[in-house]
Amino acid sequence: MSAAILTLVTFVPLAGALLMMFFPRRDELARWFALVVTLLGFVLSLHLPLHFTRAASGFQFEINIQWISSPNIHYHLGVDGISMWLVVLTTFLSPLCVLISWKSVHERVKEFFILLLILETALIGVFVSLDLFLFYFFWEASLIPMALIIGMYGHERRVYAAVKFFLFTMIGSVFMLAAIIWLYARTGSFEYTAIQRAMQSGQIGWEAALWCFLGFFLAFAVKVPIFPLHTWLPDAHFEAPTAGSVLLAGVLLKMGTYGLLRFNLGLFPEQAREHAPWIITLAIIGIIYGALVAMVQPNLKKLVAYSSVSHLGFVVLGIFSFTQAGVDGAVYQMLAHGVSTGALFMLVGILYERRHTFEISEFGGLATPMPVYATFFMIIMLSSVGLPLLNGFVGEFLVLSGAFQAKAVYGILAATGVIWSACYLLWTYQRVFFGKVNRDANAVLPDISARERIALWPTALAAVAMGVAPLLWLNAIEPAVRAVLSPLAQMAEGLVR
Amino acid sequence: MIQAVDYIRVLPEIVLTLFGVAIMMVEGALPPRASRKPLGWLAFVGTLAALAATVYQAGYPGMAFFGMVRVDSFSIFFHFLIAFIAALVVLSSFEYLDAQQIRGGEYYGLILFGAVGMVLMSSAVELVLIFIALEISSISTYVLAGFRRRAPSSIESSIKYFLLGSFATAFFLYGVALIFGATGSTRIYMIAETIQGGKHSAMVFTAVALMFVGIGFKIAAAPFHVWTPDVYEGAPAPVVGLMSTAPKAAAFAVLLRIFFAAATPGWFWPVWISAALSMTLGNISALVQDNVKRLLAYSSIAHAGYLLVAFAAARDIGISAAMFYTAAYALMNVGAFAVVSHFASAGERYVTLEDYAGLGRRSPVLAATLTIFLLSLIGIPITGGFFAKFYVFSAALKSNLVWLVIIAVVNSAIAAYYYLRIIVLMYMRDAREPAPTVQNVSAPLGVALALTVAATIYLGVLPGRVLDYASRGAALLVR
Repeated sequence: MSAAILTLVTFVPLAGALLMMFFPRRDELARWFALVVTLLGFVLSLHLPLHFTRAASGFQFEINIQWISSPNIHYHLGVDGISMWLVVLTTFLSPLCVLISWKSVHERVKEFFILLLILETALIGVFVSLDLFLFYFFWEASLIPMALIIGMYGHERRVYAAVKFFLFTMIGSVFMLAAIIWLYARTGSFEYTAIQRAMQSGQIGWEAALWCFLGFFLAFAVKVPIFPLHTWLPDAHFEAPTAGSVLLAGVLLKMGTYGLLRFNLGLFPEQAREHAPWIITLAIIGIIYGALVAMVQPNLKKLVAYSSVSHLGFVVLGIFSFTQAGVDGAVYQMLAHGVSTGALFMLVGILYERRHTFEISEFGGLATPMPVYATFFMIIMLSSVGLPLLNGFVGEFLVLSGAFQAKAVYGILAATGVIWSACYLLWTYQRVFFGKVNRDANAVLPDISARERIALWPTALAAVAMGVAPLLWLNAIEPAVRAVLSPLAQMAEGLVR
Repeated sequence: MIQAVDYIRVLPEIVLTLFGVAIMMVEGALPPRASRKPLGWLAFVGTLAALAATVYQAGYPGMAFFGMVRVDSFSIFFHFLIAFIAALVVLSSFEYLDAQQIRGGEYYGLILFGAVGMVLMSSAVELVLIFIALEISSISTYVLAGFRRRAPSSIESSIKYFLLGSFATAFFLYGVALIFGATGSTRIYMIAETIQGGKHSAMVFTAVALMFVGIGFKIAAAPFHVWTPDVYEGAPAPVVGLMSTAPKAAAFAVLLRIFFAAATPGWFWPVWISAALSMTLGNISALVQDNVKRLLAYSSIAHAGYLLVAFAAARDIGISAAMFYTAAYALMNVGAFAVVSHFASAGERYVTLEDYAGLGRRSPVLAATLTIFLLSLIGIPITGGFFAKFYVFSAALKSNLVWLVIIAVVNSAIAAYYYLRIIVLMYMRDAREPAPTVQNVSAPLGVALALTVAATIYLGVLPGRVLDYASRGAALLVR
């Protein structure tokens, strides 16, 4: 079981998608089937945290078979404390995406769920691959279904957004591919651990490693996105259908930060340390810039999109702080952001289904007709702001304490981001929910349905659970982070001696 | 002495010729109004027989006919590929000929005769025989290009191809004459011995350059590519599927033999420059095309460029990468043109990009099929095109051709844009009114498409076996 579990978790959605292709064109059937498959995927993925050895730092549930002999490519899967939670995050959000698309996708329904399931497999594949080639394979494979979901089911300027998303990511990842091929040419292996060993033994020159570092960095920086490569994100998020935005914000962006952590830090620690200052500067610019732009957005969905730029800036800052607390916090923030921003997009989507607009000025006083909705929105928004006892707080706190350890000025600047996010989110909440209902259309809005409630409850529960008992997650994350940072610690000791 | 085994070593050629002759004879005997479909099936059986002959032949490697023909895993690789392409093209032609109301049984005969020439090109190791094979293949394709004889563009295509093609083969022949003058032989392996022994005279360099011009025309590599868009635009779509793949594969085989087996000097920089030019000119011109056939023509120029990158890598890995690329490219391109030919309808009316708008909704299976070929042409994983690019780029990186790889990588990013445009049109735009009608896909075309999709995905998931075979062929060339 433990050898096959990752394969199962990864490919169950794909198998579902393939099966679904032969289904008759009945929308209801496609919806239910997609729900069953994604739920099955989630249940299977729960095996991972339940049987994970928490104290261990290496990869677990590994499977390693040769796939292609020339070049030497292995089907090598495995998770550590970092990637395991990202897998669970993906499988957790997928059924919710199906639920939230139940009514809002009403054309080409079968195709939509096929794409969604293929996307889920690709996303999980990115997190579990321990062979660089396989990683790239899934990385690129995630691009097509996502671009199609945006371009086929999105809003008015969907085609523009889809093409922009595709080209940005594609161009970024071509450089990563070049770096991967170069590493293979020098080390004769695509395997993560083998290349890591080769790097540590100094088989690759400093200069060459720097180029590879930059190749990887560019691909991930586009995905995260790090300022100034973020311009595709507001378009893609805004134009995508709700489920697309949820997965985009919840999981796809994490591919970038995960990549930074796993590859840029894991393979090129010296180069990462050397270049941390400017990367951190960009991250802090992202935090503040994202928050300020979010503040002036008249459009609810764009506001959430820009808040992602700001929150992901925290993650990058944490990763490049090179402190245990900072990196722990970054990983935690990835999960927390996935849950809260995913939920925020669902909430915004629910509103759109009712009013077909995202303009904040169109709303006001919604707490009166939709009290339950307002409550959910409140919880999720506060978790995104970083209120203690909710999930966003833990990540931000750890990241900031890591940033202060690294350099006080980083911490001070980044901490302003917390204030900004409180400003724009609370202000938005006030404008949308409080006051008088001044538009007739808003007075009769139905509150959320049972289906929507089922989609929202898990996120609210997760937000509270992650805020109250962070150790449940952190005790698996910590050893993995320590392993990533250990070559750096040795380096630092070497410098002291 | 000619022995029985010599005939086995040219068995695919013999089989194809016999079937081609049979088709021509039956064509004459058929009443003028009778359907020509049976002739197509005869041609299909002929290509299958050629495939079988190739498999059989693999058990008898060696030289034949006084060292003019050589059967080895290199030539078997190309034999198999060319016969397979011919079979696919025959299958995708039935419906097309019906739609265009072309009633000439010799169409199928010419495909087989063309295949004879191409097959022979890959196994010939004597330059004059190579030249004859080149002419056999070229003359058949000149005629095929003009087969929509009521359409002026098709006539233009045929004449242009004929005039420029004859001009190019003359270059090749001139090169052959010079290398004979310099080395005293036209046999590739004898040339190799002479060249390796002595110093390189100016005559050898000139000869190599002239031969490269001749073959460069056939593979549509820049700066010898100017004919390609016009010819591809006018020629019947399934013929373009053939023309842009099989003769190119054969010409690449010839080029590989001349460069590596004969170990001729002085081609590195011309190939380097031609590769860079082909990729850049091909991709940039493709960006602004509105006609699908022209777009694919420019894309095929670009792909010739990627292939030449593998030549410049100039090691055994380079050769096997080039062979793999030829196969992967041929499959996806034949497939793409099969879809184009189906969708073009009577008189090739629907060949502009606008006509593809909304195809995803009107004809989901056809659109999905074309998408797979386009993704493969971009070089996205799980398709053959990905590994093809991957092998070529990594071979070039191993040979430290960093700049060429950078040019190639930037080019593949540019290329993604115009392939993507078609996908975007198919799935994300609504059809113009009135929407072009799409007929149901006929059974033979369906089989051809299924085979090409399966082969493209097979090369993208399990490229190992084909690459191993290519490596064995490559090892023979570098010795």
